[in-house]
Amino acid sequence: MRTPLTLRFFTAMPRSGWIALGLFAVLTLVLMPALHLLLPEGHPLHVSNYIITLGGKLMCYAIVAVAMDLIWGYAGILSLGHGLFFALGGYAFGMYLMRQIGRDGSYQSDLPDFMVFLDWKELPWYWAGSDSFLWAVFLVIALPAVVAYVFGYFAFRSRIKGVYFSIITQALTFAAMLLFFRNETGFGGNNGFTDFKRILGYDITSPEMRATLFSLSALTLMFTLLLGRWLTTSKFGRVLAAIRDAESRVMFIGYNPLHYKLFVWVLSAVLCGIAGALYVPQVGIINPGEMSPANSIEIAIWAAVGGRGTLIGPVIGAALVNGFKSFFTVAFPEYWLFFLGALFVGVTLWLPEGVAGLWKRIRSRGTA
Amino acid sequence: MTSPLTPDATEKVEHWAGSAAGGHLLREGVDTSHKVILYLEDISVSFDGFKALNNLSLAIDAGELRCIIGPNGAGKTTMMDVITGKTRPDSGTCFFGQTLDLTRLTEPQIAHLGIGRKFQKPTIFEHHTVFENLELAMKTDKRALASLFAWLSLEGRDRIADTLRLIRLDHEADRPAGLLSHGQKQWLEIGMLLMQEPKLLLLDEPVAGMTDDETERTGELFKSLAGQHSLVVVEHDMAFVEQLGGKVTVLHEGSVLAEGDLATVQADERVIEVYLGR
Repeated sequence: MRTPLTLRFFTAMPRSGWIALGLFAVLTLVLMPALHLLLPEGHPLHVSNYIITLGGKLMCYAIVAVAMDLIWGYAGILSLGHGLFFALGGYAFGMYLMRQIGRDGSYQSDLPDFMVFLDWKELPWYWAGSDSFLWAVFLVIALPAVVAYVFGYFAFRSRIKGVYFSIITQALTFAAMLLFFRNETGFGGNNGFTDFKRILGYDITSPEMRATLFSLSALTLMFTLLLGRWLTTSKFGRVLAAIRDAESRVMFIGYNPLHYKLFVWVLSAVLCGIAGALYVPQVGIINPGEMSPANSIEIAIWAAVGGRGTLIGPVIGAALVNGFKSFFTVAFPEYWLFFLGALFVGVTLWLPEGVAGLWKRIRSRGTA
Repeated sequence: MTSPLTPDATEKVEHWAGSAAGGHLLREGVDTSHKVILYLEDISVSFDGFKALNNLSLAIDAGELRCIIGPNGAGKTTMMDVITGKTRPDSGTCFFGQTLDLTRLTEPQIAHLGIGRKFQKPTIFEHHTVFENLELAMKTDKRALASLFAWLSLEGRDRIADTLRLIRLDHEADRPAGLLSHGQKQWLEIGMLLMQEPKLLLLDEPVAGMTDDETERTGELFKSLAGQHSLVVVEHDMAFVEQLGGKVTVLHEGSVLAEGDLATVQADERVIEVYLGR
């Protein structure tokens, strides 16, 4: 029976999906923060700082992977510059974090240390308002949105597609990286921002703050997944997939692909920006390296490994690839990039639907 | 069908075309008061010096069923590209009704005016179900925001069910369209066209790959559509052209070589020379 489209929100995800989401919520919003905050450090069930930070970091990556899936898996637009939006969100919130240091920096100045070092006497104009938390939150959303909108509008209007689009996004993030490397740009050059002390006056290294950031990351990830599910099971999502499969047919039945692409493109960029803003206080640093082309390519690999067009797949992909990365960069640091490349080739050849596709195949074999 | 020209119809279209916001619903705007729904006049298109269309002039009456024949490279597909906004002509005018200049509109805008197109190779959404293919094609508000909150009305559901029966795919509704046979895909694309409620249907080799039985049924369907809709059928299958029975236009090297009923055209010396004969 075909259900009305808005009800699909509830029926599109099988009950097991809702149960998994509920379990994830209990784990990340109640259990892990409680075990981190309430148990003493030596206790066998204590969740350490390391685990909380690692978990928070992975969830930020997962948000980016889902954002990538929305545009690549569903709309067929491969961005190799998504690290840019992640970094923009990170920098936008990083400015606020720099101002929160106050006079506790090495130079005991009102200005961030790197500006004192450059012998600047006052904040550049674009740092205006950076001491306001609300302004920072606004920038985290608005900055990636505006950049994505302007770029996307011209690219999609000129009907730039496929590999050409991918290459331009790659060039975009590379150009931004070079810009941010310069000290004159006013964002700390190649050192970026670090040595954060506080958020809203609270100590950034306190267990409570870590647990809060961890839970916020989890909430954002769940929100992203639900939003993605709602979007892709709506008629909008079906038009998007139709654009991916036969764009000219979509135009000849009266849809203008520009607005569809632009909407999902900007949404994806904003989600990356929010992920970046959550990521920076947890890892304690943001520098232009986040905009390097390799980082953006890695995001695409997360989505491919996990399985495009599945939403949940890229979450698993992000966790898996980063798990491998942690292991390889310690065990065989010089071979990590070879392994990553081999993984990508292998997945493309033998697992075009990624881990999620493999899971589906195993299940259908089990029932058949 | 012959709705009198609403005074601000052209203005509305111009405003709408200028806004660059596609997907809007446009109220009845085509003026067929002179019995003609499509005028092509002196259209020329060249690609790298090759003249695909060479001062092509053609008029289709409202409610007419017209067949276009011609050897490969005669410009049939390019002509459809011009009408649907895919290709801009180098010169010439292309009017839908008395007032709407198609050369200034985009593909989605033209689709909303009521021109539906079926491609030579059936293009359907292979990963969507048959039902979803028809749902996406259905005439409605097709702006991005509307699609976000769209929900299928009972009438819409009924219309889809009717069309499914008409194209004999009612038992395949929930199958992915990619699994259909070639003939069924052709029918699905025709069904999608009908869901758009177009006034003018452009059909590029609609019966290619169909069995004789399917071809015959397609012919019956087209004949029943004529009158309420205008149809332009590009076809190589002469038996099918004969079955349709309408006026035939022969294209050759980008312009009209002959026009008339099939028997007249087939008797024409020049047509025999370039097309039917050697």
